[in-house]
Amino acid sequence: MSRRPYVRKVKRSWWLGQRRYVLYMVRELTSLFVGLYCAVLVVGLFRLVQGRAAWDGFLAALSSPAGVLFQLVCLAFAAYHSVTWFALTPKAMPLALRGEPVPARAIVGMHYAAWALVSLIVLVAAGT
Amino acid sequence: MNEDVTLEILRYRPEIDSEPHFQSYTVPYREDWVVLDALNHIKDHLDATLSYRWSCHMAICGSCGMMINGEPKLACHAFLRDYRHAVVRIEPLDHFPIERDLVTVMDSFMEKLASVKPYLITTENKPLGDGENLQTPLQLMAFKQYTLCINCLLCYAACPQCGLNESFVGPAALALAHRYNLDSRDAGNEQRADVVASNEGIWECTFVGACSEVCPKHVDPAAAIQQTKISASLDWFKAQLLPGAQR
Repeated sequence: MSRRPYVRKVKRSWWLGQRRYVLYMVRELTSLFVGLYCAVLVVGLFRLVQGRAAWDGFLAALSSPAGVLFQLVCLAFAAYHSVTWFALTPKAMPLALRGEPVPARAIVGMHYAAWALVSLIVLVAAGT
Repeated sequence: MNEDVTLEILRYRPEIDSEPHFQSYTVPYREDWVVLDALNHIKDHLDATLSYRWSCHMAICGSCGMMINGEPKLACHAFLRDYRHAVVRIEPLDHFPIERDLVTVMDSFMEKLASVKPYLITTENKPLGDGENLQTPLQLMAFKQYTLCINCLLCYAACPQCGLNESFVGPAALALAHRYNLDSRDAGNEQRADVVASNEGIWECTFVGACSEVCPKHVDPAAAIQQTKISASLDWFKAQLLPGAQR
């Protein structure tokens, strides 16, 4: 008898059925908002080059309700991306100290510490 | 009280079926039964035509991987009591063609596995008389976890990239490549890189992480692949930037 293997096609909705795939797709979606925010920063640079009036207009647009809402949404997605990425770092960057593996929590903790430090430097630099 | 469990099993018999369809079986509930026991009960008492793979019944042969209520699991490692009072839906492993009933075609995996050269590659032929290749416990610890793979292919069924991109080398094969690359006795990193560090290798992985979640032996293929991404990137930079390096 000849063989007749049956191939099942992956449905377009493959990620909707299970929590782990939905969370993964949300993580992938965050890149869209991070990219949009980067595009806004680039626009800001162009406005800065065009002179005082253009720059003030850009700042006013960012301070408008729609601008603030956009930044809050981007912040939420960027935070989700960062938190999920930090949670994965012990897998990608396992460390060993004197022959003993460094606990995953310590590796994640170091990332949060670095995040806090960089944020502090940016805040201090922005304040001066 | 006699309690029963209903199993819905995806059947496909190529000589009579044009496509797979579910068939229901009712088996007695036993506190200490795993899904494989229920399948064996069906095979022995209800329907001898049901086909599935199994061998050891102790989660080491890697033969009885199947989708149980949508989750890739070893049938010998999934207790019926965890599905009590619910219909248990059993399908062949996702992302593999169905040969018959719960039996899949694994040829593509065997080719991918061979392509990463999962064996020690040494630079010199050491005579047997020179003794063993000794390793310290620390050197063993570096890769031991990745030796525990039983090729059950649950990770391929869990990985969406394996379903969407047929050519993706996949979690188990890449984890084994990493295992040999980390071995202090091995010198095959460059020979494996053609496959491992290619688009179809580590770079097809988007770190879904499902492979590691379903692995019954806690091999953690997702970790192996991310670590390989870092080491392959460093190798690439070294080759591009260091003076006198081969390009």
